[in-house]
Formats: sequence, structure tokens, C-alpha cells
Amino acid sequence: MSDQPAKIGDNWPNLIGKRLPRVDAVEKVNGDAKYAGDFNLTGQLWMKILRSPYPHAKIISIDASKALEMPGVKAVVTAEDFNGWSWGWGPTTRDETPLADEKVRYFAEAVAAVAAEDEETAEEACALINVVYEELPGIFDAEEAMRDGAPQVHDYVDNNISWDFHMDYGDVEEGFAEADFVREDRFETGRTLTGFLEPPAAVAQIDSSGITIYAAKQSPYFIYRQLASCFKLPLSKVRVIQPYVGGGFGGTKNDSTAGDFCAVMLAKKTKRPVKFVYNMEEVLTTCRRRHNMIVDCKMGMKKDGSITAVQTKVIADGGAFTAIGPLTMYLTGIMTTLPYKLDHYKHDAYRVFTNHPVSAAMRGHGVTHTRFAAEIQMEKMADELGIDPVEVRMKNAIEAPHETINGITVDTCGLKEGLEIVSSSSAWKDKDQNKKDGPVVRGIGISGTSHLGGARQRGHQSCAAIVRLCEDGTVNYLTGASDAGQGSDTVLVQLVAEELGLTMEDVTIQRVDTAVTPVDNGSYGSRVTILAGQAAQKAAQEVKRQLAEAAANIWEVDAGKILFNDRTVFVDGDPDKSMSFKKLTQIACYSETGAVIMGKGFSEYGLEKMDFEKGYGNPGVNYSFTSQLSAVDVDIETGMVKVKDFLIAHDCGRPLHPVNVEAQTQGAASQGLGQALYEDFKMREGRTMNSTMVNYMMPLSTEHPDFELHDIITDDPHGPFGAKEASEGSIISTPPSIVSAIHDATGIWFTKLPVTPEKIVLALKEKKENS
Amino acid sequence: MEKITCNFVVNGQAEEISIPPNRTLLHMLREDLMFHGVREGCSHGECGSCNVILDGKLVNACLILAVEADGMEILTVEGMVDGDNLHPIQQAFVDESGMQCGACTTGMILSTKNLLDANPDPSREEIKDALAGNFCRCTGYAKIFESVEAAAESMKGTQS
Ligand code: FES
Ligand code: FES
Repeated sequence: MSDQPAKIGDNWPNLIGKRLPRVDAVEKVNGDAKYAGDFNLTGQLWMKILRSPYPHAKIISIDASKALEMPGVKAVVTAEDFNGWSWGWGPTTRDETPLADEKVRYFAEAVAAVAAEDEETAEEACALINVVYEELPGIFDAEEAMRDGAPQVHDYVDNNISWDFHMDYGDVEEGFAEADFVREDRFETGRTLTGFLEPPAAVAQIDSSGITIYAAKQSPYFIYRQLASCFKLPLSKVRVIQPYVGGGFGGTKNDSTAGDFCAVMLAKKTKRPVKFVYNMEEVLTTCRRRHNMIVDCKMGMKKDGSITAVQTKVIADGGAFTAIGPLTMYLTGIMTTLPYKLDHYKHDAYRVFTNHPVSAAMRGHGVTHTRFAAEIQMEKMADELGIDPVEVRMKNAIEAPHETINGITVDTCGLKEGLEIVSSSSAWKDKDQNKKDGPVVRGIGISGTSHLGGARQRGHQSCAAIVRLCEDGTVNYLTGASDAGQGSDTVLVQLVAEELGLTMEDVTIQRVDTAVTPVDNGSYGSRVTILAGQAAQKAAQEVKRQLAEAAANIWEVDAGKILFNDRTVFVDGDPDKSMSFKKLTQIACYSETGAVIMGKGFSEYGLEKMDFEKGYGNPGVNYSFTSQLSAVDVDIETGMVKVKDFLIAHDCGRPLHPVNVEAQTQGAASQGLGQALYEDFKMREGRTMNSTMVNYMMPLSTEHPDFELHDIITDDPHGPFGAKEASEGSIISTPPSIVSAIHDATGIWFTKLPVTPEKIVLALKEKKENS
Repeated sequence: MEKITCNFVVNGQAEEISIPPNRTLLHMLREDLMFHGVREGCSHGECGSCNVILDGKLVNACLILAVEADGMEILTVEGMVDGDNLHPIQQAFVDESGMQCGACTTGMILSTKNLLDANPDPSREEIKDALAGNFCRCTGYAKIFESVEAAAESMKGTQS
């Protein structure tokens, strides 16, 4: 790869691929790590938000006079203060206002906010604000919302169609005609919570120097642009400072919240800093959640198991606003052509407004829904044709290099290797012998899926880095990338240190401060290691080039012969000519040119054109492949499912930091487990009925199996040191492998997630009655 | 609201502080005494991120009023550090990368201390049970279990 130095000492790479501690580990165990809610500014006020008691209602009037009379209350903001400003995905879909304007569109939407001397006073004052509503009929079902005459959530679209997206490649009718067997099934995926443990929080101030906000964001440059627009300030006067982030997983922490805008507006009104921390109930009732989707899937298959065509139709409950929904719709289609060969594909996706909280991105964004449907349908058809689940996958699996019918190019693919690993395990080979008698039945299922890394769907998506050499030979590395917990800070430091032949301790990462760090789109679409990683490498190489020039001068050799390794700089082939990195730094800074040495770099992977409207071209830089085996025990009396084993073979190109890769795979599989078996918001007339962590169940320690993980090394040419994504693959592979395992145990194909005990008991009862 | 004067020993340090009777132990520790290693997740006793050890017992600080803890000894994650040295449990979490975002980590560490104080050589199943009150969204728990096992191993024969 051209980015790598041509020659280097024997022990290169020094750091890449090593099991190193995380750079943030000590601060996270000793209590030093500061999160947004840990920041306090002198003179700060506390903010609380008044939220709507109706899912759909006109706001007739708001009277805050009683609240304002309360001692300790400093200011109240309502929609009026924002003057009709709105935000959203694109110019035609900026439909969300910081506070509900004229009407509320979902239960608990923010209506007003109060700043007071303390949190309790702010909360009490909220209750004194008198809002007169006129209730409107609500719409809570996406399919009904599309019908003529349904209540309209927004006036700017017809039939509540928030966004539609279509793909048509090859000729599906021809493909179905070629098939020996065609099936149509309806699948449904649940409404799931991203599930971060740190609720949104921020402390904000604004004065003539601009805005400063410490906010919990995984994409701080989103709010940076949004605040500049909302408060009509140049970007250079918006300073978003990124503390540690307590989990993200897409959606809410990619975007701004009502709280962010209101805190700044209240700071403006009161001329004091304003702080807020959402409580968990606000998180569960108002934060962005995964789209609930109906996926109608039609597949054609030949007798030998080869797939001839796929047609999908998605109806997604978008909730009350557009947010990032257009991208979700694109992702439901674009990735269906991977990882199985497909010559004919047609896709129609509709995102529909309802009076539900807003749906947006979540780990495995868009892809998890349609892949679940196609994966299960493929296996179901194979089952009916008497073809083994492994065989049908091997038959259809792509091999690199591969170009899909919609122009996705795959240069490395470890899918077949992964399927071989899972199917040669004893768990798979002995699965029929291991079937247990009695009420608890063992089932084994597999899956083979793919995900994009280095998401790059639109402009402004490069990452940049600045590497600043300190005169003592240590390094400050400035990045716009955000680590929401996934460990990217560690990998990025590793890349800088590797390039410069330094240790991890020599490099200090400067987390996002938009006044200082280079612009970056943030953490989503598994883009950080690939794009910010390339930028970090290039910035470090630029520093190295400058140092090599100084060294070449000293030793009167060609700069190309200067090598960096193990905190030492030396001339290739002439070991006598060597000095410490620190010494060279001092010479270079003081006596050579006297230059202040800094390097900068930005990512260039994935710059080729793609067509967002038609779903053509690469949505990412490269593609990971995940093969998974899940073993479950199903209690056929109670319907309880216990996952016993996860065996995951993941092709992430090359694990740069193997511990992080394992951890990401484990964490994503855990979320996939929740998604498969229990996670789902229960909605009643727009209200979230399970709005606490007790009744919205997420996987706990006792519900986890042991993991067996395998890395498949494929060294992709389009990632730093061959890397591809490693954070989303297993959230896509886990649900279908669990559902396949439940089928193995019960003989029933479940098509609706989550597969709860009630569904299992009912289906078994039905099966018994029909037999 | 009338404030009540209370006395605590937090991480070995005596504290006298006047607090409103409705203030939770969690908010007293975080907002009044600035122990930010005590984290707030669910605020309802469901996630364990606010775990502290109160007179030798593991508690969810969000469920206890500060005044109820009057006269008691409190240990937070900050108090486990000895000078520049991490407690072996903290060190094990560093060595085994038993964290991602860190929001659950300090609670996990106190929960682990509570477990190992009573059972220095727990099985994997006992670890899972002991941590059932500590929610983690990031890790899938595997590296947390490994951290607890490594801590138990390194503390063998020592007093925690
Ligand atoms: S914050 Fe106390 S248990 Fe969750
Ligand atoms: S590390 Fe993020 S919640 Fe556990």
C-alpha cells in the first residue's frame, strides 16, 4: 500500500495489531473521565423542559407568567424565541423546530423550557406554564398514515410520505420467471432504543465572543452547524467542546436535541451559562429510536438454491419528523445487493410520518432490517427446497473482486471463509446429535451478512488531522473524530505513533473542540478508523517528512533513507547514523530551519461519485463480512429463549487493535441479541408504555453467552493497514442467526422482531392445533 | 427547604455538609462534593452506574437520600485509588479493556469490589449474577467478566 513506508525495521509494525490498553482506560476507572454532565460553569442556571401531554394537538396559547413570577426562575423560552427556525436532513426536509411551533406532533415533544437557579425550581416552574391545546386526531400506524384521508402530521407532504426511495436494477420480472420457486413474506423489525447509558447533557454559554457548549455528542460538528444556523453566527464563533461520551450508537447523539437549542437560547436571554441533563424517561420517550419497519420481501430461487431476483418494499414508521430518515431509506436498499450474488433487484422504500417519537439512525443503520428479511427468506426457501443453510449461502455468496448490480465494488471478501469457520465448528456439525429432549430444546442457526465501512454518502465527509510536534519529542494529535466509547481514540493514537515510530504514551489526542480541531462529520457509518485513520496517518507522515529532511541534512544522505522506529531515527543500512527521536526533534526545531513542525492530512478514500437518488455506487469505502452461529435453548413451555453460544467470524480487513475489534463485535452482538429477543417500544395512542429501563428490557450480564470470535484477515486496499469496519457487522448478523436457531429448535419461522416468549408460546400452540 | 447538617466520611475524608432532606446521596456526591466518578444513568435503581459502597454495603446512590446516610462511611471509585496506584480491580479493568464508553465502568468496579470482598474466587456464573444489577450497553459484558476474573487472580492472597 502506498501509504506505508517502503522499508522499516524488522519489528514493524510496532503497534498495529497489538493488544494494547485503551488510551482512555485509566481515566475511566479512576473517576477522572469527565462527561458533559460533569461540567459546571460559574453562575450557571439549570434548565428543564416542559413536554407535550398529547401526541397531536394544536397549541392555542402559552402563558408563562406564573412560572416567571416564581422565585429563582430566570427565563422561559417558547417556539416564538426561535422565530420559525427549523432544522433537518436537507433543504426540503427541515421540518423540526427546537420547540413545538403551532402544534405538537408527538407525545412529550418539547414545548417550552425554563432556566432557574436549580433543577428542582426549573422543574416546578415548568408545571406553572399554562399551555392551552386543542387535541387533534393522531395517526399511529405507518400503513394507515399513507391512506387518503389519514390525519396529516405535516402539511408539506401528501399521505404522510416523509421520504421515498427507489431502486430498479436488472429486471426482476425476468428474474422471477427464471426461478423455480418464488416466495413472498412480510417481515417486521422492532422499535428499539439506542440504549446509551449517559443521557444527553450540555452546559452552554453565549456572549459577544460567540457560543461555547460542552455537549454529549458523537458527531459534534452536526450541532456546530446547527447552532450557527439557528443563532445566525459564523461557524468560527461556535465552539462545541467534546467531553467523554457515554455511548452513542447513532440517532440522538449524532444530532442536536431540543435541550441544546433551548440551553443556548436561555443563556442568551439570561446572560448566564445554562446546564441541562435529560433524565432516562426523557431518553426513552423522546430520543431518536430505530425505525420500526415492515419489509415485504419477494425472492426467486432455482432448485439448486441460487437466487434469481429479490424485490423489497419497506414501510418505515418515521415518527414526527424527517431527521436523518432519507439516509435510512437509502441504506435499506443500497446494501441488499450484498453479500449474495444478485442480478435483479427492485426496491421501494417509504418513510411515513406518524405521531410517534422520531425514528433515525441506529447502529446497523437501515441495513439490519432488509438484511434480516432477505436472510431469513433465503433460508426459509432453502429449507423448503431441502437445501442446507450453509449450502444455500455458499452457493450465493459473492467472492472478491465483485461489483454488484448497483455499482458497489468489493475488493476483499471473507464471507465464504467465515461460513466455513462457523460450519466446521462442532456446534454446527453435531447439531442434530445435540438436540435435547424435554421442555428445553437446543437450536443452532447461522447467518452471513455484510456492512459498509467509511460511510461517505454526501459531500463534506472527509476527515482531517493535525499532528503537532512538541520540542521534547512528544506529539499532540488533533482530530475532529469523536470516540463515543467504541475505542477510536486508541486506534487513531496507535496510527500516529506507528507512523512516527513512537510509543502510545508519546502521543496525546486532543478531542473535539471546534475552535481548534479540524472539521469532521463524526462517528457513524463505521467511518472513523478508515477515514480519520487515513487522515491521522497522512498528518503523521507529513511530520515525518519534515523531520527526515532535517536528518538528511545532518547526515548528508537522501531523505528517503531516513527511518523512524522505536523512538529512534536512523539511516537505512548505516546503523551508526542514528539518534533519538527527541534529539532530532530538538535539532530540527532549534538549529536547522527553526521551523515549528506540524503535519496535516485529510482522508481521500472513497471520493468517487455515487448516485444517492438511484442507489448506485459505493455507499462506503469498503465492506466487512460477518458469519455467525448462534446456539439457543428454547423452553417450549414458557417460550423463554436463552442464547448459549455466539461464534462470530468477522472479516474487518485487518484488526488494527484486536481488543477493540473483539469488544465492538461483542457489544454489537449484544445489541443484536436485544433486538432479536426483547427490545421493542410498546406504543399506545402515541405514548411509550415502557418508558423505564425496567420495562424496556435490554440484555444484562446474566443473559449473555460466551463468545467465540475469529478474525478473517483480508487486507483491504482501501483502509489504513488494510482495515475495514468492525463495529456494526455483528448487529446485523445476530438477529437472523438467532431467529434461524429458534426455527431449528421449534420448526417455526418467526418473521417479526423481537421474538418474545409470548410469540413463541402462541406460535407453538397454533402449530400444535394445526397438526 | 430547611437544610439538615450531616456528617459523612467519604473515601476516608470527613465531610460536614448542610443538605436539603430531599437530596439524593447521588446528587450530594456529584453536585455538592464533586465526585463525578459516581454516575447517573437511570436515576431509578435499575442500572448500577451510581453504585457506591455505604458502610460496607453496595448501594444505588440514586435510591438513597443523603440524610439517610448521615454518619456513615462512603466509598466511591475515586477512593479506591491509592496515591498514583490504581486498585487491583481498577488495574484489571485497564489491562483487560473492561470498558468502552465508561458510563457503567465505575459502578461495575464497585460492584466487583463488593463481589470479591465476599467471594475472592468467583466462577463465571457467580460473576454474571453479581453484576446483574449493572447495565452495560457497549461491551456485551465479555471483557467485563474477564476483568473481574483478572482482578480476582491478581488479588489472590491479598486483602482488597
Ligand atoms: S442511576 Fe442509580 S441505579 Fe441507575
Ligand atoms: S461501557 Fe458503555 S455502558 Fe458499559
